[in-house]
Amino acid sequence: MSAPPSPSGLRVSAWNLLLLVPFLMLVVPWFNSMEPRLFGMPFFYWAQFAFVPVGVICVAVVYRMTRDEPHSSAPDLLPEVDELDEGTAR
Amino acid sequence: MIQWVELSIFVVLFVVVTVLGFLASRWRRGATLDHLDEWGLGGRKFGAWITWFLIGGDIYTAYTFVAVPALLFGAGALGFYALPYTVVLYPLVFLPVLRLWSVSRVHGYVTPADFVQGRYGCSLLSTLVAVTGIVATMPYIALQLAGLEAVLRTMGLNGVGLAGHLPLFVAFVILAVYTYQSGLRAPALIAFVKDILIYLVILVAVVYLPTKLGGWATIFDAGAAKLAQPSPTTGKPAGSVLLTSTNQLQYVTLALGSALALFLYPHSVTGVLASRGRDVLKKNMVALPAYSLLLGLLALLGYVAIASGAKPITNNATGRPDTNTIIPVLFDQQFSSWFAGIAFAAIGIGALVPAAIMSIAAANLWTRNIYKTYLRKDATPAQEAKQAKLASLVVKLGAVLFIVAVDPQFSIDLQLIGGVIILQTLPTVAIALYTRWLHRWGLVAGWVAGMGYGMYLLYLIPNPAAKKLHFGGSALTLDKLDVFGWHPFAGSQTQIYVGFVALVVNLVVTVVVTAVLRATSVSNGHDETAGSDYHADEDSDRVKPVAEGALSSG
Repeated sequence: MSAPPSPSGLRVSAWNLLLLVPFLMLVVPWFNSMEPRLFGMPFFYWAQFAFVPVGVICVAVVYRMTRDEPHSSAPDLLPEVDELDEGTAR
Repeated sequence: MIQWVELSIFVVLFVVVTVLGFLASRWRRGATLDHLDEWGLGGRKFGAWITWFLIGGDIYTAYTFVAVPALLFGAGALGFYALPYTVVLYPLVFLPVLRLWSVSRVHGYVTPADFVQGRYGCSLLSTLVAVTGIVATMPYIALQLAGLEAVLRTMGLNGVGLAGHLPLFVAFVILAVYTYQSGLRAPALIAFVKDILIYLVILVAVVYLPTKLGGWATIFDAGAAKLAQPSPTTGKPAGSVLLTSTNQLQYVTLALGSALALFLYPHSVTGVLASRGRDVLKKNMVALPAYSLLLGLLALLGYVAIASGAKPITNNATGRPDTNTIIPVLFDQQFSSWFAGIAFAAIGIGALVPAAIMSIAAANLWTRNIYKTYLRKDATPAQEAKQAKLASLVVKLGAVLFIVAVDPQFSIDLQLIGGVIILQTLPTVAIALYTRWLHRWGLVAGWVAGMGYGMYLLYLIPNPAAKKLHFGGSALTLDKLDVFGWHPFAGSQTQIYVGFVALVVNLVVTVVVTAVLRATSVSNGHDETAGSDYHADEDSDRVKPVAEGALSSG
């Protein structure tokens, strides 16, 4: 049922490169300063808080844009009950 | 003095989760609990919400809640590494975790060492991974107890000697019994209560406390002033609200090293393998950073504690101030006693969830990769489940003895060592998910080199504040880095995380030995996995049935 995989089982998608973006947060000298402050919080702290949504967006985009093995039975749109874990295990 | 209101609320909530823990064995039960897929992985069917709470309970533990703010309280900006750590974590593990889930689902692997055994067909290598996992997990469990005890002592249960540990002991016996009965379902169910309480407490704390104490600007200024004062033992400032030229590298390598290490810990793998499918995991990688936000806000409570003038409590068992009590003390002083009781229950239950998952993960490793590999090769699934239940009791008992017998400070040091040692399994587990190019004996050699060198570097690190000459932390001054007597960075005061250095050594040795063995065509063992196994999803016809063989064996 699956697409023929490469011998190593690796599947490459350019979208995965987005996962590298949050690592920009590790370049500490960019934000290691007190000013500008936000609500009294030094730049060092609020700049890093700002990276949390950046990380979420990058991972979310990769999730949406890359697909697994094509499902024969399950369509892309999951039923609402599945979101709430109410469905019993297969 | 015992705080009766706080203690009563704590006990009531504790009783609620205990009842939940026992009821969990009936929750969405499979045909039998006598199989590791059921007892140890909750039937491999957790959906997105349960997985979110379970992995959240795994990563954001009681110890995190007390120790990260305590680090900011004592050392300043360096302690904030917890935020970048949990931000880079999910993009980093997004792809490898999916591969691990798929290959484990197809072959029925329960532990990371099972995967290594299947990938390389080498018992030595899988045993190394299993033993490393167990050794790294033990101090982690002990630390959860340290977090729980910090709360109990703040509520006035601060007894001397062995009797002082009695409340902790009672709490843990209860935990041990319901984990024995319900397996992974118990922490999964309790994690709901834990997280609701934690979110409530943190949101109230970060809104209410800064308002009460004059706003964030005042709080950060108070922190800066206090940290700039010279320490009485070393004569140097204790820290700073910004990173300095010497600890920036430490900050970055500690964040990255911790992120690389996290999903190598057996308890994280347990949370991943218990989920139903790839889509559940992907959703979680997007949603789990909600906790990162919480953790960052919580970390700042370390500065709030400085601004409020809170002082850590002296632990009557050791006679020394325990900085881990700083957040409980802050809550005790600033909140009304009933809300402080809720906050303490949140932290206390926050200790029980990860402690249960960790003991289950360690028990799974023992059962699958030591008991079944060496002691009883023909063990049936029912015997495996029995063995794992007993092992989980032993693991918890060991952790309690650990806390009673040794200074809590020592378990914190051991936790730092634990991070360094679990990182040494990265080439064998994480890289092997992508390629088998690395040779099995190269991986063994790299593990030995990285482990040995890491321990040596940790031995070199003193801690003048605690008056210790060795094993004083995980920040190595580059000046001390020594390669067979050669000091490549002599004179440099820049600090780096030891685990990172040890991992680099491990990788270099692994690659060099692999190149030699490949050139001489030494056998690299048998690989039972196929490329497509790493992409199989829950509806694939290649996945192994859950709890296969449980019924036939009785």
